[in-house]
Amino acid sequence: MAAALPVRAQVPAAGAEVRQHATWSPYDDNGGTVVAVAGDDYCVVAASTRMSTGYSILTRDKTKILRLNPKCVVASAGMQADMETLHKMLHMHHVKYHFNHRKPMSCPATAQLLSNTLYYKRFFPYYTFNLCAGLDEEGRGAVYTYDAIGSYERVGYGCQGSGKELIQPVLDNQLKAASPLVLPQQQWLSSLPLGRPCSHQQTSPALTNLQQWLSSLPLEQAVDLVKGAFVSAGERDIYTGDDVEILVITKEGVRTDRLELKRD
Amino acid sequence: MAGQGGFAFDLCKRNEFLEAKGAKHPGFTKTGTTIAGIIYKDGVVLGADTRSTAGTTVADKNCEKIHYIAPNIYCCGAGTAADTENVTGMVASQLELHRYATGTQSRVVTAMTLLKSHLFRYQGHVSAALVLGGVDFRGPHLFTVYPHGSTDSLPYCTMGSGSLNAMAVFEAGYKDDLTKEEAMELVARAIRSGVFNDLGSGSNVDLCVITKEGVEYKRNYELLQGKTYQRQFPQRFAAGSVPVVRERVYDIRRAVTVTEGEPMEMES
Repeated sequence: MAAALPVRAQVPAAGAEVRQHATWSPYDDNGGTVVAVAGDDYCVVAASTRMSTGYSILTRDKTKILRLNPKCVVASAGMQADMETLHKMLHMHHVKYHFNHRKPMSCPATAQLLSNTLYYKRFFPYYTFNLCAGLDEEGRGAVYTYDAIGSYERVGYGCQGSGKELIQPVLDNQLKAASPLVLPQQQWLSSLPLGRPCSHQQTSPALTNLQQWLSSLPLEQAVDLVKGAFVSAGERDIYTGDDVEILVITKEGVRTDRLELKRD
Repeated sequence: MAGQGGFAFDLCKRNEFLEAKGAKHPGFTKTGTTIAGIIYKDGVVLGADTRSTAGTTVADKNCEKIHYIAPNIYCCGAGTAADTENVTGMVASQLELHRYATGTQSRVVTAMTLLKSHLFRYQGHVSAALVLGGVDFRGPHLFTVYPHGSTDSLPYCTMGSGSLNAMAVFEAGYKDDLTKEEAMELVARAIRSGVFNDLGSGSNVDLCVITKEGVEYKRNYELLQGKTYQRQFPQRFAAGSVPVVRERVYDIRRAVTVTEGEPMEMES
């Protein structure tokens, strides 16, 4: 009985594989970068305004930020068509909530809604990479970061989109000690003195951890950091450019700022 | 294997096997590019942008894409950066030896033929898309050379990912017998349209004007955009932020002997 043993590995010739998928894809990446930084009593949200496909610019002025109410916005990068649909869904749910409860949806509630909306399409996801940002019920800055199918987490700052690899490490370096064990925590990194007693005894360890991330960086310095990050990303990422739209959310309301980036 | 010339293909089978096993091969720098050239009244103008990309990130913000071929011939390159640099370098060297052997000026068609025969031999795997221009005793010449080895001889031509943007400008603005200034402005405008509308192209504009009198290589002829923002709270590191672990002081007077000499004469 001769068992058929493979004598040598079978290597398919280049291009000879059986084609299993159609070449058409329902997804496209339209690029763009979004950033959010939470402070003690503010939140800075920024998004580049270029929309592209492949090597072409589709428009130089496309906002990626959905303003739901003066205390909560959603910023999305990825595919524009999915972003538009997702924002439409969120807007609709927000209006319904407003009718039923006679108050705008809070930022943590919107964050959960966004997660549910994304996970609802678990097996045909929205090709969007989101940040939900604003002020929480206590008036502190809040940033939530997501993957495309709704896994989310509250963080002190976040970055999504094509310039993520360039900006995120800069924010990590500027807003957070690598590890409190390796480096002493910088004084302004913590919104509260580390040894502060009292009311935080009963808060969960997760929240205490979060408060260490909440930057007590002055607002002007946070805006300066975000602007610097976008200008640098615009130098090296071909999908980040033209303009950056910056929203500063405080208890007084939402202030918008705009900065020109390189147009090449 | 040594001394045979050409490329070594001995790892191809191994690489094919590794790829089938799921190994990822390293990528390479492509110059997603806008390059262009036109013939005008008494010469040729070549132009190029200066961005080189690796995927979606910019690898070099100010690279040189107009390569030297001969004193009277230059060549713009698009495609894989290594291929354009090496293929133009090889032809430049062959032409230099040819000039030593014959004592005559190099001809643009010779450069073109050397390029196309090399590219055709490698069946498009040497991905260089070129715009070749120069002036020889027969007058100005302009050629495009495609990666598979085909060539065109045209009064105006463009190449690279921004070629359509640049060609749109040429089709709108080209006339026979332009002056040097008009030709330079038209080429610069063509490159600029690539820089601003094609994501593979960017940064600055390089020009190269070749006439029978000589060559004007205008590196960074146009610097289009600087930084749009200066940090107001830049990161500053206080002196002593980095600890000095070890310090050594060398007394160089012991190693170097200083001899007295006449002071050099200076023009007043």
